[in-house]
Amino acid sequence: MDPGFLFVQFLNGLATASFLFMASAGLTIVFGVTRIVNFAHGSFYMLGAYIAYTLAGVFMEVAYGAVSFWGAIFLAAAIVGLLGVLLELVVLRRIYDAPELFQLLATFAVVLIVQDLVRMTWGGEDLLGPRAPGLKSFVVVLDRRFPEYELAMIFAGPLVLGALWLLFHRTRFGVLVRAATLDREMVGALGVNQALLFTGVLFLGAFLAGLAGALQLPREPANPYMDVNIIVEAFVVTVIGGMGSVTGAFLAALLIGELQAFGILIFPKITLVLAFLVMAAVLIVRPYGLLGRPQAESHAAARAGAGLAAGTPLQRSLWMGLLAFLLLLPLFADEYSLKLAIELLIFGLFAFSLNFIMGWGGIVSFGHAAYFGLGAYGAALLVHHLAWPMEAAILSAPLVAGVAALVFGALCVRLSGVYLAMLTLAFAQIVYAIAFQWVELTGGDNGLIGIWPSSWASSRTVYYYLTLAVTLAGIGLLWRFLYAPFGYSSRAVRDSAIRADAIGIDPRYQRWLAFTVSGIAAGLGGGLYVFSKGNIDPEVLAIPTSVDALTMVLLGGVETVTGPLAGAALLTLLKDFVMPLTLYWKMVMGGLILAMVLAFPKGLVGILGDRLPGLQAAPTGRERPA
Amino acid sequence: MSAPVLEVEGLVTFYGRAQILFDLALEVGEGEVVVLMGRNGAGKSTTLKSIMGLVRPTAGGIRFRGRDIGGLPPFRIARQGLGYVPEERRVFAELTVEENLEVGRREPPAGRDAWTPQRLFALFPNLAELRRRRADRISGGEQQMLAIARTLMGNPELLLLDEPSEGLAPVIVDQMATALADLRRHGVSILLSEQNLHFAGRIAERACIIEKGQIRWRGAMSDLLADEEVRRAYLSV
Ligand SMILES: Nc1ncnc2c1ncn2[C@@H]1O[C@H](COP(=O)(O)OP(=O)(O)OP(=O)(O)O)[C@@H](O)[C@H]1O
Ligand SMILES: [Mg+2]
Repeated sequence: MDPGFLFVQFLNGLATASFLFMASAGLTIVFGVTRIVNFAHGSFYMLGAYIAYTLAGVFMEVAYGAVSFWGAIFLAAAIVGLLGVLLELVVLRRIYDAPELFQLLATFAVVLIVQDLVRMTWGGEDLLGPRAPGLKSFVVVLDRRFPEYELAMIFAGPLVLGALWLLFHRTRFGVLVRAATLDREMVGALGVNQALLFTGVLFLGAFLAGLAGALQLPREPANPYMDVNIIVEAFVVTVIGGMGSVTGAFLAALLIGELQAFGILIFPKITLVLAFLVMAAVLIVRPYGLLGRPQAESHAAARAGAGLAAGTPLQRSLWMGLLAFLLLLPLFADEYSLKLAIELLIFGLFAFSLNFIMGWGGIVSFGHAAYFGLGAYGAALLVHHLAWPMEAAILSAPLVAGVAALVFGALCVRLSGVYLAMLTLAFAQIVYAIAFQWVELTGGDNGLIGIWPSSWASSRTVYYYLTLAVTLAGIGLLWRFLYAPFGYSSRAVRDSAIRADAIGIDPRYQRWLAFTVSGIAAGLGGGLYVFSKGNIDPEVLAIPTSVDALTMVLLGGVETVTGPLAGAALLTLLKDFVMPLTLYWKMVMGGLILAMVLAFPKGLVGILGDRLPGLQAAPTGRERPA
Repeated sequence: MSAPVLEVEGLVTFYGRAQILFDLALEVGEGEVVVLMGRNGAGKSTTLKSIMGLVRPTAGGIRFRGRDIGGLPPFRIARQGLGYVPEERRVFAELTVEENLEVGRREPPAGRDAWTPQRLFALFPNLAELRRRRADRISGGEQQMLAIARTLMGNPELLLLDEPSEGLAPVIVDQMATALADLRRHGVSILLSEQNLHFAGRIAERACIIEKGQIRWRGAMSDLLADEEVRRAYLSV
């Protein structure tokens, strides 16, 4: 390879790094102060691109030139900054003290709403923006051409870093932001109105996201998928850099940018996975990222909740009634309802398995789709490539997922809180990327088709009974785990790792075991799922699947044993009901999740707990110093 | 004694289900220094945090200059004129000494002169040379002084000090006592919690002894110093 090519590739890496940094800086700043992982950051980025598209169109129509172009870019960023303020005032302000799960879901709900708003306003087509006047040409370096705009962007990143440094070190606002990142309660005790500070920080974060999105416009068209794509990359950058560290984000962006530029030459097949592998590797060596610092332990992630109520006679009769209903369902249900019931049972198991580690083990997994999807893909691959029968394939599904959970879990359970959530997400994205890119094995984007049940189970009714038997068995086993000594010790670990340690339970081992068992159960659900659909594609491994599971747990209430089942039923039926009614069902779903979170910021059980003193959650953690 | 600056009555505070403060009452007069004494875990810090709004009492009245401040968020309480210095100091580790002071800065009420970094460096001479140093690179005693100076930047009329002498070498405790006596001369009222009787004796004029979340004894500091019975009953370990 000639040096000119390598150098240009290096410059490409720098330009990518600049963009990654600008897109991530706001995320890490907002996290540092508010401790909220803001999924909607990607939406701000997307809005920046679309708004700049519209403004640039108008301005350059009126007066073509650099002033119009740059005016449009910065005005777009400012508008997005104001939208950030709106988000803070309407949503975030209400959930600062809520459990992490609620915060993640609330901001994800905003992502869903913005996606539909963008489709309503700008349509679903790619929109190619104008190119920057004066920067349309090439420069020649070592006999190779390199675009002027890219060259300018290489300088934009460090420029933003420098501006942020000045802001944080030379202004009172900046000093307050840094102080609040370290100890926001103390900042309040010194008389600083945190609400105003947070509003300012959201403006800054959204402004930076909007700026990055707007600057991206001359390179790639605005499209409705750019929000999720960028947020995933920005997560990687902020987590590698250390959440809350702007300089760390810059270093991480350089690392990822160059890695992508050269990685594509060396490993063209695994470009998507590469960034996540680096992230996993960094977190294993440095659990808080390159320049991050340990988080104060969060009590909000899992509140000390009600003890397990032993089955009262009323509960027992309700269960018997439900069981009888499920057993008799095929007698009066039509084909479609049965299909729905199958889905509902499978997602019930999936949600139950997530709740198993979340409500009872204190592990918020943001990538539970990985284990569900691995079960599904495991079964499908065995049928597709090795022509295994359905029975063997379904039995193998939990094994495949369990092995993955065993490996990933060993790394995940070393972390806690947001870092843990992000690492689980990273693993899910790795699996997703493999399913997407390894076309020979998995069929890539198209997935695998023709994965049907064995002939004896091919009728809907028989498959329904099969699903019923297997999911109930799975749920029953998890349930036994909860009541067995394992369940008690795992809850002890959730409530206080230090205390559990003192009474002789190795917390990490317990969490690892819980994670693996949960993965096995999710994989079983995935195995059943693929035969009920007859096909599989990477969507089953994507973020929305993980979010669905979280939403189900949320809807039902985190601390209840039966909650996730009710939540699964509710969400599945809701989707089935809403989707055919409107083109904009994401907005409806997002609105519903948001309403749930805002109405019950402590979760349903929290509400009950406030009413019934016996269930009162113990120390809120508010009074503890960070 | 003139009209009290701070009046607390019937204070009840829980952590979760554990009740820590039981119907606690105390007063601080204008320009007075009152010390809250008691063994470890007696509830001294909880009392100060409850007054500052950092933990929420379930019952009781807290009045500052006659105004009810119970239930306000901490930043509003601070803006009424209360300054709080936590037991753990909680200086902002990655900020310089000067930046720490900047975080605490607030305009004084009309007609009073403001504390400035210069005046504070005169009060705590050790800090003067450290102004550009990060707060996690200075000694524990210096951090304690910084924590107090940072709170003074907000020009409080009443200072809540949680065990300012804890963990400090005798020389530094001495300097601290001198500085606090100076502060009093500036007209700042002080409510401090302490376990060091000697230190308390140098600066406080009244003492309250707290045990298991209740005030068990109150009186003049000189009486406490003279009364070995009381000290043995409530303070010695
Ligand atoms: N965040 C908390 N959660 C639960 N209990 C707490 C918490 N903080 C303090 N306690 C308990 O409240 C009681 C009073 O504590 P407090 O810190 O007010 O005591 P103190 O008099 O300041 O003690 P010390 O001299 O050790 O500082 C103690 O029993 C303590 O264990
Ligand atoms: Mg104390």
